[in-house]
Amino acid sequence: MAVDTTEAAAAARQAMGGIGVSLARKEDARFLHGQGHYVDDVVLPGMLHMVIVRSPHAHARIKGIDSSAAMAVPGVIAVVTGELLAQHKLAWMPTLSGDTQAVLATDKVRFQGQEVACVIAETKYIAEDAAALVSVDYEPLQAVTTPQQAIAPGAPVIRDEKEGQTDNKIYHWEAGDKEATDAAFARATKVVSLETFYPRCHPSPLETCGCVADLDPVTGNATIYMTSQAPHAHRTLFAIVAGLPEEKIRIISPDLGGGFGNKVPIYPGYVVATAASLLIGRPVKWIEDRTDNLISTGFARDYYMDGSVAIDENGKFIGLRVNLLSDNGAFFADAQPSKFKAGLFHIVTGSYDIPAAHIVANGAYTNKAPGGVAYRCSFRVTEASYFIERLVESAAVELGQDPVTTRLNNFIQPEAFPYTSASGFEYDSGDYPAAMKVALDMLGYDELRKEQAEKRARGELMGIGVASFTEVVGAGKGKDYDIAGLRMFDSAELRIHPTGKGILKLGVKSQGQGHETTFAQIVAEELGIPASDIEVREGDTDNTPFGLGTYASRSTPVGGAATAIVARKLRDKGKLIAAHLFEADVADIEFDHGKYNVKGSPDNVKTIQDIAFAAYTNLPDGLEAGLEGVTYYDPPNMTFPFGTYLVVVDIDKGTGQVKVRRMVAVDDCGVRINPMIVEGQIHGGLTEGFGIAFMELITFDDEGNCIGSNFMDYLIPTAWETPRFELGQTVTPSPHHPIGAKGVGESATVGSPAAYVNAVIDALSHLGITNIDMPITSDKVWAALRSKGVTE
Amino acid sequence: MKVTFEINGAEKSVDVEARTLVVDLIRTKLGMTGTHIGCDTSNCGACTVLLDGRPVKSCTLLAPMLEGRKVTTVEGLAQGGKLDAIQEGFHAEHGLQCGFCTPGMMLVGKALIEANPHPTEDEIRWGISGNICRCTGYMNIVKAIQHAAAANAAENVAGVA
Ligand code: FES
Ligand code: FES
Repeated sequence: MAVDTTEAAAAARQAMGGIGVSLARKEDARFLHGQGHYVDDVVLPGMLHMVIVRSPHAHARIKGIDSSAAMAVPGVIAVVTGELLAQHKLAWMPTLSGDTQAVLATDKVRFQGQEVACVIAETKYIAEDAAALVSVDYEPLQAVTTPQQAIAPGAPVIRDEKEGQTDNKIYHWEAGDKEATDAAFARATKVVSLETFYPRCHPSPLETCGCVADLDPVTGNATIYMTSQAPHAHRTLFAIVAGLPEEKIRIISPDLGGGFGNKVPIYPGYVVATAASLLIGRPVKWIEDRTDNLISTGFARDYYMDGSVAIDENGKFIGLRVNLLSDNGAFFADAQPSKFKAGLFHIVTGSYDIPAAHIVANGAYTNKAPGGVAYRCSFRVTEASYFIERLVESAAVELGQDPVTTRLNNFIQPEAFPYTSASGFEYDSGDYPAAMKVALDMLGYDELRKEQAEKRARGELMGIGVASFTEVVGAGKGKDYDIAGLRMFDSAELRIHPTGKGILKLGVKSQGQGHETTFAQIVAEELGIPASDIEVREGDTDNTPFGLGTYASRSTPVGGAATAIVARKLRDKGKLIAAHLFEADVADIEFDHGKYNVKGSPDNVKTIQDIAFAAYTNLPDGLEAGLEGVTYYDPPNMTFPFGTYLVVVDIDKGTGQVKVRRMVAVDDCGVRINPMIVEGQIHGGLTEGFGIAFMELITFDDEGNCIGSNFMDYLIPTAWETPRFELGQTVTPSPHHPIGAKGVGESATVGSPAAYVNAVIDALSHLGITNIDMPITSDKVWAALRSKGVTE
Repeated sequence: MKVTFEINGAEKSVDVEARTLVVDLIRTKLGMTGTHIGCDTSNCGACTVLLDGRPVKSCTLLAPMLEGRKVTTVEGLAQGGKLDAIQEGFHAEHGLQCGFCTPGMMLVGKALIEANPHPTEDEIRWGISGNICRCTGYMNIVKAIQHAAAANAAENVAGVA
């Protein structure tokens, strides 16, 4: 249903804080006062502190662990090793991708930074001191640091503990139609290819991961405060991994200092802290330091992609082939729906009407940290979007076309929706040329092309980058999308109290996205109760309904839909009560923004507050008391946000330095519930995309030493480097979402890297430079220029 | 050892190990958790406090260095139940998302506009470049600081009139 857009409705919305209102955030107050409550702020009586001893080697056999010196430090309570965990069958745990991962290493270490032992002490300082005294005897083995090395014959087998695993291959997965694609390539008049690498980067939320595990030996209650984007799923997984009774487990995910995918997996630290609390009988706190976070928890990307597009005589794309090789690190721990080994990478046909596509994906183990999380991305959509947008840029160069023309010629046309892609997605809606047009107008594209031509004639380097991405977000539907078998629905429970104020409890979990405001606005829109009267609760499994959590931009598409629907349920119950109060027939009751009336007498109204009071005080016979409900929403399809991003860069030939002059981002995320919050999400995503394109990199030397293990090496954009963004929008509501919203948290990180890189390539392609892999640092540009004989 | 200093207007005397980082002293000893830790290398600024009015990274100071000095943390920004202009600015301009960088950002912003009441956008961006925000992309943080500067200027005008 589209939202009512009449003027009266708009005025009512403004007063209510309904949909479309840039309401200042309800959650701000505690953060402004320094009263945010993050995991590291949790202090419990008798709480101990845990520090992890990590492997300095990428690949080594463990010959022995001597913890006696550590145990001798006053204040040390325990040193936990893999051997101890093995006695409790906890040395290994399942991953979200159906593999296993060492909790604490027993046989070998398989990446630098792997968890080997944990020291538990009275204070964090003592634990750190003692951790330095744990002595581990390693026999170093040859490290495998790239997936190409890993799959080469004779490579050392990293996962030799797995039965039947005789090489480093993890999976082989295909999507699309090989025959149809081969046929398309056979009749192509032009084939354009691109080989590119999307390097390893890291979500690196400003708050690292951690937990406080509090297991009460008397009651058996396990309360675990943890940095969790998916507390309910984590509760169930804890029950399965640790064998704890699920009814005794309470996961509390308090305020999160960002997540961006990093807080989706279960990490060894959580498991050991929980086990230690159980064994010792005291609460145990574990908080990563930044290096712990960067070297061991969920990294992102690390995809080697090559592929080609087949083009016919009219410049139309007729086929797409993509091969990808993924580096998954030592354990296959990607957080993704279980049916899809390379996430949703097969969305790689993007915004283009390409009738045939074939995707082949292979994964390899390496001696690097596991993870493969979606860094502000819906399950590998970022890699897919990057690849197709870079390939289209290459096609434009080879066709001698303006990249805008190439896109307009090949877009899925607005009238073609719903559109089934060659790899099987059903795109619900879209209008790609419209977003393109808004972006071009905002930028003043034609003028800038003229300027570029003039500059080029003078030998100056300027580029304009274009990317027209399509995302697929908001997983489920549950039948097709699950994590560890748990179907990807989500939930909302709404209780309206007798005084007409309410509380909304959600299965999703904000990490800064402003759920306490946005979701209250949905209720305001649906029920006509001011957003300020709705309290939103999340992140406590004892007090919220089961849901799969917040990642893949799914809060609004799934949790938001659940909220709208539960509110509508209460609205309908309200009609029964209104009919009773008016002594009228239910069929004659009308509802409009918080007011009920009998058809034909619009001035005699009962407000939703009157109805709420009556729900507890004056009910018709036979009607249950209360105004409460719960909805578990299983979406019929994903949503498909899209947009066009344009970037202008100037490049200094002498130094290779790239300066982003302009960045125009036009997003279509459907109906915007709180435009201010939506824009904030886009700003953040454009900045992370900028970081990935130009600065952020986790890499390794030949021995598997991680380079990028702290904020001096892993470079995150500050206000100084970050470009100023110009935002625009189109609104194409999702036809299947109750309020037409599509989710926006990740669009900008998905869409922007290709726009930044295409801008650089646009400045350089006339010199014969067709690709530079991210991050595009000055030295790479400098070397590329010199390789083409450009000096000065 | 004993260290005596003033924090948010109150005098404190605490017994600490000399190696204690100021951020740990504030968070653990004093139980004021608005000051955060985001890195181990003095890069992120989540731990920023004001020391005698100037922003410092409290993860990079040792407890004894506080002797006789005045510290302001985020908890000391609001006065008598009234938000500081910088807090108002962050709220009005949506200058915070997860809130983890916010205490540090607000303190840096406050010191910045005290030293330079009419900063340009470049001056603000340079001034806050020792602090990382992973969520907001800085656009609205810049606006929040401008908002606070404008509010201070308006108040000064009103005060003079
Ligand atoms: S924690 Fe002090 S600068 Fe990062
Ligand atoms: S608001 Fe999250 S780090 Fe700044």
